Amino acid sequence: MARYVVDVMPKREILDPQGKAVLGALPRLGFDGVTDVRQGKRFEIEVDGEADDVRLAEVRRMAETLLANPVIEDFTVSAQGASVEPVDTTARGSEARG
Amino acid sequence: MKVGVVTFPGSLDDADAARAVRIAGAEAVALWHGDAELRGVDAVILPGGFSYGDYLRCGAISRFAPVMSEVVAAAQRGMPVLGICNGFQILCESHLLPGALMRNDHRTFICRDQRLRIENNRTPWTSSYVENAEVTIVLKNGEGGFIADEATLERLEGEGRVVARYLGVNPNGSLHDIAGISSERGNVVGLMPHPEHAVEELTGAGTDGLGFFTGLAALGVGA
Repeated sequence: MARYVVDVMPKREILDPQGKAVLGALPRLGFDGVTDVRQGKRFEIEVDGEADDVRLAEVRRMAETLLANPVIEDFTVSAQGASVEPVDTTARGSEARG
Repeated sequence: MKVGVVTFPGSLDDADAARAVRIAGAEAVALWHGDAELRGVDAVILPGGFSYGDYLRCGAISRFAPVMSEVVAAAQRGMPVLGICNGFQILCESHLLPGALMRNDHRTFICRDQRLRIENNRTPWTSSYVENAEVTIVLKNGEGGFIADEATLERLEGEGRVVARYLGVNPNGSLHDIAGISSERGNVVGLMPHPEHAVEELTGAGTDGLGFFTGLAALGVGA
């Protein structure tokens, strides 16, 4: 059994209303000095067999296809318990798709 | 003229959309999300609602419903497709339209009679409006802020693909006050406000929305 983690975050330049709501709530609870909060999603995906490059590529495709919307979100994929270079998607999603 | 209206689990406005189609003088055909065919329709409406509970992202799961493979293929062949609200979100997730719809910048659900300008009357869905017609149509959404990168926005503006724009207050933080856009070819239109709720004097904010449905009939698509 191999476990992969996909972290999805709203792109930096995009307004994150949910993060802003949390940011607004923290000082009201007495937490001072918080300057920014951004909210994302974390997926833990378990697959049969050992973690390998083929599986990693497949999870990456899952992220691109369904888990993240590259127009508004970036994602990183990593194998849990193994050191895998995160996938940087910051350059994605800029194409006009009309 | 047969207009298919797709029902996904969680669709809310499919019945109103079908009714608007009939009031406009066309035949409404019910399509189910699990259908792998379009039952001979000449156009398709993806209605508003919360398909698949808006899980993951609005429209993200619906995009992979069996019926959507057929809708995408038909749209690419030029079939008129109108996505209203959740339907607009599904069209963006399906890559039939560029950009995405984000949570409203003020973080609250909004329901109001919204002034709009119909800036592009060259789509099959807007052909019965005069250019720059100002209309009032119901708007109700939680995630209606249209967003796209600068290059895409420039392209949409330059190619006249902003079909409808909010007038007065921007209700949800939409970039460029965009309320609706079209595909390059013009046959696919996504619209955040709900014209199907503005087709009868008895309810809603008048009948300004009816044009979205009569325009199609007037073009004689499939007739």
